[in-house]
This record gives sequence, C-alpha cells and structure tokens, in this order.
Amino acid sequence: MIIDIATVMQKELKELLFQRGQGRSGTIRMLIFIGIFGILLPLQNGIDALTSPFGMIFWLWIPYMLISGVTADTFAGERERHTLETLLASRLSDRAILFGKLGAVISYGWGMTLLTILVNLITVNLVFWQGSPVFYPPLLLGIALVVTLEISVFSAALGTIISLRSPTTRAAQQTMSILVFVLILPLFALSMLPKNVLFQVGELLAAIDIVELVAVVIFGLFIADVALIMVNLVRFQRAKLITD
Amino acid sequence: MAASPIFTQLVQEQSMTPSAIRTSSLTRSFGSVRAVDGISLDVPAGTVFGFLGPNGAGKTTTIRLLLGLLDATSGQAEVLGLNPRTQGDQVRAGCGALLEHNGLYERLSAYDNLDFFARIWRMPAGTRQARIQELLTNLNLWDRRNEAVVEWSRGMMQKLAVARTLLHHPALIFLDEPTAGLDPLASAVLREDLASLAKREGVTIFLTTHNLAEAEKLCQLLGVIREGKLVAFGSPGDLRRTSGKPRLEVTGTSFSPESILAIKVHPQVANVSVEAQRVVIDFKEPTPSAPFINLLIKGGAQIEEVHKGKADLEEAFLTLVEKEPAK
Repeated sequence: MIIDIATVMQKELKELLFQRGQGRSGTIRMLIFIGIFGILLPLQNGIDALTSPFGMIFWLWIPYMLISGVTADTFAGERERHTLETLLASRLSDRAILFGKLGAVISYGWGMTLLTILVNLITVNLVFWQGSPVFYPPLLLGIALVVTLEISVFSAALGTIISLRSPTTRAAQQTMSILVFVLILPLFALSMLPKNVLFQVGELLAAIDIVELVAVVIFGLFIADVALIMVNLVRFQRAKLITD
Repeated sequence: MAASPIFTQLVQEQSMTPSAIRTSSLTRSFGSVRAVDGISLDVPAGTVFGFLGPNGAGKTTTIRLLLGLLDATSGQAEVLGLNPRTQGDQVRAGCGALLEHNGLYERLSAYDNLDFFARIWRMPAGTRQARIQELLTNLNLWDRRNEAVVEWSRGMMQKLAVARTLLHHPALIFLDEPTAGLDPLASAVLREDLASLAKREGVTIFLTTHNLAEAEKLCQLLGVIREGKLVAFGSPGDLRRTSGKPRLEVTGTSFSPESILAIKVHPQVANVSVEAQRVVIDFKEPTPSAPFINLLIKGGAQIEEVHKGKADLEEAFLTLVEKEPAK
C-alpha cells in the first residue's frame, strides 16, 4: 500500500505545484508566500524572528493557510473535473487513495512551512549578522515542528472530510471558510471582553505552566488528528462518492 | 452409441470456454427505482460485447456493479471469476475502464496521465515507458505526448483514454459510450483504432453505445437493455432475425403515387418510404412480396432490382426498445 500511496501523492503534488493553476502560477504563488513570510516579515522583526516565541506563533498559521486553500480540491475537484470515478475504478484501495491525497496536502503544507522557517533563518542571519550564526532555540524549534505538523494533519483531514461530500471545489472552500471563522471566533470574543476580565484571563494564563500547556496542546492536536482521520476512513465510501 | 472423441472434445471445449462476465438476476435499486432489474448475462472471454440501450436504461449502473463500484441490491455477478461485491479491488485490478467521462487529468501531459496509471498498475519503469510509447504510437499520439491534455481535441482525448484502459494488458475492458460526443470522422477513427486494438490485444470488451453501426461493426455479441431489463441477447445477426421487421426494397423508376398509396394502406404494411429510385416497404410480419411488386409494375414502374430481407440492426434495436412501452 505504501507504493500506491506514494503514487497518488506524486500525482497530487505534480498537479498541485505545477499544473493545477494556469501554467506556472502555482510555483509563483509559492514564491510570493515564501517571500512574505520568509523574507519580508523577518526583515521587519529583526533578530526576534528567530528567538522570540511570539514570532514563532506565526508559523502555526502557515500550514493552515496553505492547506485550507488546496485541500478543498482533493475530492471535490476530482468530482468537478470528472476524474474521480476513473480513479475509483482503478486497482487502488480506498486507503491508498485517501492517504495519498492526505499525504500530498500535508507534505505541501508542512514542506512549505519548513521552507519558510529555513528562509526566515537565512534572511535574519544575512541581514542582521551578529558575528556568528544565530539559530532558533532548539526546544522552540522542536515544538514548532511538531505542532505545525499536527496542524497540517488537522487542516488536511478536516478539509478532506468536507471535500469528500462537496459537489464542487468552491462549495468545499466556502464550508472551509465558515469553519475558519468558527475556529477564530473565540479569539474575537476574547478581545471584546471587558478590560478587568481580560486582565484576570491574562493572570490565569500567566499562572499556567508553559511546558504543561504545550504538552496539552500537542496531545490534544494528536487526538484531534487521529479522530479526523478516522472520520475520513468512515466517510470514504466508493458507492457514496459515485452516487453523490 | 458413444459420441466420437473429437465431438466429445469439442463439446468440452465449448462448455469450458471461460466467462469474463456472468451475472444472475443482478438487480440494483435506488429508492423505488430499479436501475438494473434482474439482468442475467454470460459474456465469454475474448468477446467484444455491445450493451445497447437508450439513455437511463441502466447501462452505466451495470458497469458500476460489475466493477464493484456499487453493490447490487440482489442477484449475483462474477467478473473474471471474482465477486465484485467482496473482491472489488481484485476485479478492478484485472480490468480497464473508460467510463462516462474520459477521466483524464487535463493539466497533466498525455505522457504523465498514462505514467500515473501505469504506476497505479505497478508496471516496472522499463515496461512502463515501452508500453506508453507502444500505445501512443499505435494511436498516432506519440509526437504530442508532452502536451497538456487540455489543449487536445475531444477525439484525441478519447483515444488517450482508450490507451489508458489498455495500459496494463487487462483481461477485460469496459468502454462506456467511447464515441459519444465525437464528430463522425473522429468516431470512425476511434472505432477503427478500437477494432484493431481489440484484435491485437485479445481482450474482452464490454462496450455500451448508442451507435448501432458501431455495435454491428465491433461486437460479436449484443445485449439490449430497456428500463433496467435485458430484453435481447445474442449476435447482431440473431437480433436482426428475431427483432428486425421483414422488408422489401425495390429499386427502379416511375413509381406511381397511386400504387404507393395502395401499398401504404395495406394492412400488412408497417411503413413505406420512397426515395428517388427506391421504394422500401416494411412489413408488420412475414408477407409474400409478389403482390406488392405486381402492384408497382401495374402502376407503371420500371423495376431493376428487388431485395427481400430484414430491417437493419438499428431498426431491430428500435423495435426492441419501443415495444411494450413503460407502464
């Protein structure tokens, strides 16, 4: 099955990176993205872009932003372009198709995140040279790599669930947009709280052990990822995909 | 008296001819609608089988059932000796399919499209390249292999999709209306390609089509489906014999309108069509033709040729799908 997954991944990535848009626009979009997050933002933030944990919070959004844009296309796009039934009529197993598509989207989102982190490192060292190379704090980097991978899996699995049942890519993207809004709604709600309540929340957060918080986030995301993948497996039914 | 050994061997060989597809009372319902209604088929291996029927008759659903893409509501199916319901992956591994849509990735090149499917079929790199080159060369597409498929004509796309179905040397291929939407020239070219590929590759072909000329040219065996039910099964000749109306074609000149009118109102005559130098009389049932020829001669016709026979396959098909209209 690994070979089949790799075959589907390879095709998906080829379409995603070079062919799905018009000509080379997919590659150009990637370069613009890396230019903004890997060059422009560190130029504004200076050395903090490498050492501050707040700078790294930015990275958590990168895989979600990238993946939510492409994951809607995984099944809904194939259905819209009338290629899905031919794929389902091949010898590929359900899991090979599903994991191949998930793998491609995750590789794209997480790969781009890693690339951005690398370009960020190079940019800061070139522009704000400190006499010797400056690196990310290893613990922060480790946490960032794990959490961005988990967010990549989360975004891909969530998007695929929506894409499995959406008639078109646009319909899937609209549902994804609503979900993004629902996810960030608590942050908006938080900013609307009275100042004294916000202060109390701040104190509460300050009292939390950061290591414990990170561990809870990592574990929570892992459980969410596993649950979403299980939902994908249940919802992937050839007959439903065809008759829908 | 015991049968001769040669006769016994012939009978055994005949009965041992493996079936590529065998179904028994295969049924699939969607709610209260029976899309496929108790179909029993036996398609021997190596046959080009044409599955004919009007739109919505159940042709595509039958293919989906045979490929294990849909589960049957009741009945049995056996494809390449496997049960599509429980062994769907293995059935699909032995088959190629060109379904309702060509299923090509239009942003990928022709070569990449075939390469992707060749990888799916786990063809080794060397074999893969050689096979892609062989098929594209046979279909005159090799020189354009690196072009994105989106730039191609519909006819070329269909050819490429046919090549994709044959890539892995499947024992059985399903072609769902392969010439639909093509202009007559492109259809004829694809038909010729299909005929030569089928002969060269020696595969069993399950072909659905609206085009009766295509079915007659390509298929050794035909099935006609109407409202989910199989209403006829046999060779094109069998279908014409059993379902085609008797017909009289008279070639000549000076056909008088009075004699034509007299023929038209005859109770045994279903239809009369008159062209410049030809009169075609379709009978409701086998009828002696001499009185009609005499009628034409008495009307002043100069007759050069008379041909008595059956209606063509298209008319046999229309008879099959039109009689006993839906209740």
